[in-house]
Amino acid sequence: MMVKDRYDIVVIGAGPAGSVAARYAAENGASVLMLERDRESGIPVRCAEGVSHNGIAPFIDIDKRWIASQIDIAKLTSPNGESALMHNNGVGYVLERRIFDTALCELAAKHGARLITKANALDLIKENNKITGVKYRYMGKTCEVKCNIVIAADGTESRVGRWAGINTTVALRDIDTCVQYTLAGLDIKRDTCEFYFGNEVSPGGYVWIFPKSDSTANVGIGIAGHLSHEKGPKEYLDEFVARRFPDATITYTMYGGVPTAATLKEIVKDNFMIVGDAARQVNPITGGGIVQGMIAGSIAGKVAAEAVKKGTFDAKFLKKYRKEWDKTLGNTQKVMHNMKEKFLFMTDERFNNLVSFCKKIPSDKFSLKSLFTEAVKGDPKLMLDVAKSFVVSKIKLK
Amino acid sequence: MKIIHEFCDICGTCVAVCPVDAITVTEFKVEIDNEICTNCLNCLKVCPAKAIVECE
Ligand SMILES: Cc1cc2nc3c(=O)[nH]c(=O)nc-3n(C[C@H](O)[C@H](O)[C@H](O)COP(=O)(O)OP(=O)(O)OC[C@H]3O[C@@H](n4cnc5c(N)ncnc54)[C@H](O)[C@@H]3O)c2cc1C
Ligand code: SF4
Ligand code: SF4
Repeated sequence: MMVKDRYDIVVIGAGPAGSVAARYAAENGASVLMLERDRESGIPVRCAEGVSHNGIAPFIDIDKRWIASQIDIAKLTSPNGESALMHNNGVGYVLERRIFDTALCELAAKHGARLITKANALDLIKENNKITGVKYRYMGKTCEVKCNIVIAADGTESRVGRWAGINTTVALRDIDTCVQYTLAGLDIKRDTCEFYFGNEVSPGGYVWIFPKSDSTANVGIGIAGHLSHEKGPKEYLDEFVARRFPDATITYTMYGGVPTAATLKEIVKDNFMIVGDAARQVNPITGGGIVQGMIAGSIAGKVAAEAVKKGTFDAKFLKKYRKEWDKTLGNTQKVMHNMKEKFLFMTDERFNNLVSFCKKIPSDKFSLKSLFTEAVKGDPKLMLDVAKSFVVSKIKLK
Repeated sequence: MKIIHEFCDICGTCVAVCPVDAITVTEFKVEIDNEICTNCLNCLKVCPAKAIVECE
């Protein structure tokens, strides 16, 4: 494969956000290079792999190759063991992200984007303070590629944004520290995702069971960073697994972090954009970031291609991406972030009452809207915000 | 700060909370530059694998 020394756009990171950005930029006429540090996009999988059908369908034709299970039911369990079932939240999937992420890269390539794997971006190239390219390490060599726009899609770490002068540091309370096992030998329902709440179970977060087959599942936990002490996420998860699945076999162990903040204040600079986890574009309550990243990527990719056509690469023009993002999801994310603060301080009793309340709603009428509205009861401003955000965009679980 | 590489999963969580960008990552290794580190302990607190300890 020939790699040129100049492209219109260089995308750093080939996760869902990066490859969708690359695809839309290429589709709209720009020349695009993607740099991916790992040997393959999508591995190691650091994800519970849950998405909604409506979230991913606009971006890729649904393919059995990367779907492990179809989810129709969400089951919420409170600290006292009561459960409520939610049926009408739309169809969801548990993905095979290893295959899914690669499929998104292939789609970007089909539209003309180039990809180099095992290429670790080291720094931005700046000339007279202007970003003009990327320095990266490939096969023991330090290489340079020039471009007009860099799109940072480097995930949770988000170092590239720092190189551009954007503060991407997340506060401890705004990151969930996570452990996940893939377990085998389970007796579970393949069409049901389960969520467990409570300060003893998972302080400031939740435990999830996302089935990958009738007998295997991603079982993981995220706890709020500032609540992780001597007892960290692994200790909590091990307790849960010992209670719920004492005979299971762990076939995969993975650690990770999910930013549960609002979108970064700055997501564009002259010649620079930032998308996905790196821009903290994650649903702060569910921790879902796949669809969010793809939506952000599609907007950023289109705006970047427009900039190339016009030959205008300053922040003023690229801010179109910010505007469009806020309208689509950014504003909703802000509301969700305020709501997450509420969840952080919820007592177990409140969780119990919440699930009791939800249980009384017929499962085919029970939706995230009813759950959230009840959760913020007593806070009129937040209630109004939640109602508004449901009018603006239908929020899907994950 | 010191990373116990045997425990580290190269997940990048510590990087996200480091206020001074003292932590670097490659495909195979995460490293802390103690010249830059301010000992704020953020990384140690969030590391899900408990792979970070204070230097003696
Ligand atoms: C435990 C856990 C469970 C989760 N569960 C879900 C879920 O069920 N549903 C959901 O929607 N979301 C979930 N998420 C979140 C989801 O995984 C992320 O939001 C999503 O992967 C973000 O996509 P992205 O493209 O922004 O970043 P990533 O997928 O993280 O991709 C970033 C890419 O950039 C590469 N990279 C980084 N630095 C460099 C560099 N310097 N040079 C070159 N390449 C670089 C990385 O190797 C990586 O491939 C979960 C996350 C975790 C940790
Ligand atoms: S958070 Fe812990 S496991 Fe993850 S990269 Fe940092 S040191 Fe390694
Ligand atoms: S202790 Fe603080 S400054 Fe030092 S590496 Fe960890 S997060 Fe960064």
